[in-house]
Amino acid sequence: MGLNLVAADIGKHYNGKPVLQGCSYTFDAGVHVLMGPNGSGKSTFLRICALLEPPDAGEIIYRTGGNALPHDAELMRRITLLLPKTGLFNTTVSGNVAYGLRIRGVEKSEILSRVERMLDFVHLSGRQDQNALTLSSGETQRLGIARALAIGPEVLFLDEPTASVDEENREIVENIILKMKRENGPVIVMTTHDRAQAERLADRILIMKDGKLGETGNK
Amino acid sequence: MESISQGFIQAFRLILHLDAELFGIIALSLKVSGLALIIAALLGIPFGALIGLRRFPGRSLVISGMNTFMGLPPVVVGLFVYLLLSRKGPLGFLGLLYTPSAMVIAQLILAFPIVAALCHSAIVDVQPLIRQAARTLGATPLQVTATVIAEARYGILSAVIAAFGRVMAEVGAILIVGGNIAGYTRVMTTTIALETDKGNFELALALGIILLLISFGVNTALHVFQRKGMRGVKRWA
Repeated sequence: MGLNLVAADIGKHYNGKPVLQGCSYTFDAGVHVLMGPNGSGKSTFLRICALLEPPDAGEIIYRTGGNALPHDAELMRRITLLLPKTGLFNTTVSGNVAYGLRIRGVEKSEILSRVERMLDFVHLSGRQDQNALTLSSGETQRLGIARALAIGPEVLFLDEPTASVDEENREIVENIILKMKRENGPVIVMTTHDRAQAERLADRILIMKDGKLGETGNK
Repeated sequence: MESISQGFIQAFRLILHLDAELFGIIALSLKVSGLALIIAALLGIPFGALIGLRRFPGRSLVISGMNTFMGLPPVVVGLFVYLLLSRKGPLGFLGLLYTPSAMVIAQLILAFPIVAALCHSAIVDVQPLIRQAARTLGATPLQVTATVIAEARYGILSAVIAAFGRVMAEVGAILIVGGNIAGYTRVMTTTIALETDKGNFELALALGIILLLISFGVNTALHVFQRKGMRGVKRWA
């Protein structure tokens, strides 16, 4: 049974100023795209949903088969967030993809085959031994996706995954997301400024404005 | 002029003939400095990492202290260790004065702040994004720490190499605590000082050439590691 998550009445303040207020939503299977102007609270909401920072009000509930799960290390290993700046490690391309698997103690042969599969998935085959920090911004983003997908997340958060990439790489990243969607991959929650992109990818589009989640609906 | 060129010819002859005295001195230098460096690395890397990764009261003071001690004058360290190890000193009962162990202690005191302070800098230079990335991929706090240290590896190696360069070239402290005893505590730098005083330039020059080669090797390695480390910094600048 796959994971889903419920954001229940989430609130967050920074320096006494409300950033999020009463944000509630249930993220089930599919692609959920969160839109809104800069500073509207999208990234904060994503980080709270990904359990990287606690909310000041409300709660995040991860469920499987109707049962709420504790926010422990095991749950953290079933979800992941890809940041707009990927934060690649100063090692090879394959070393980056293998990272999440190595810290989980996955066997070497399994790591090798999964790394190969993931690099093929993001069109970076043959680049295994290249230093990851020498990749272009588009390739960096694709490697970030491969690294995140390698761990087989059940919920994948993508914070503006195409914000700093060229047209060609944007298309590749979008195709990767669509392929995950077709193959019943993880629950995807992503943010974007691009309305057309949201239309192309989303099962549901959510609008964040002044820290409030509204105007949700099917696309 | 002729005596200088003669000195160089003799010096190269000593090196090429693998002169036993010359290489005995080099071996002792490498042994003393190497041991001091290994201990300094074993203590300094975790200490630098701790200061870089943890927040605690008095941390700024510790960092300032570490940075100050990086520039410790070797003769002062020599004097301090001498007073500690001299017969009437608090550690005099150990009988370590004028032994290679005393030289290791003096060099350790010089190397430790360099390793710790540069290690601390290397760790704080690792981008916060790296920690975040590790966390988002499910790393435990211990694994996040290991990842940050791994990312700082070139800076850490640079720290160790810089400390090695410092202790290999040092003369004041080991002269005071080692006593420059032939075949026992006489190392490259103290031999150069002594032989120059005596006017025996060939051995001094031979050791000088070797010391320069070691220094060149150390600096080349330092440059390579710093360049490798800079790749990560440039990427996110």
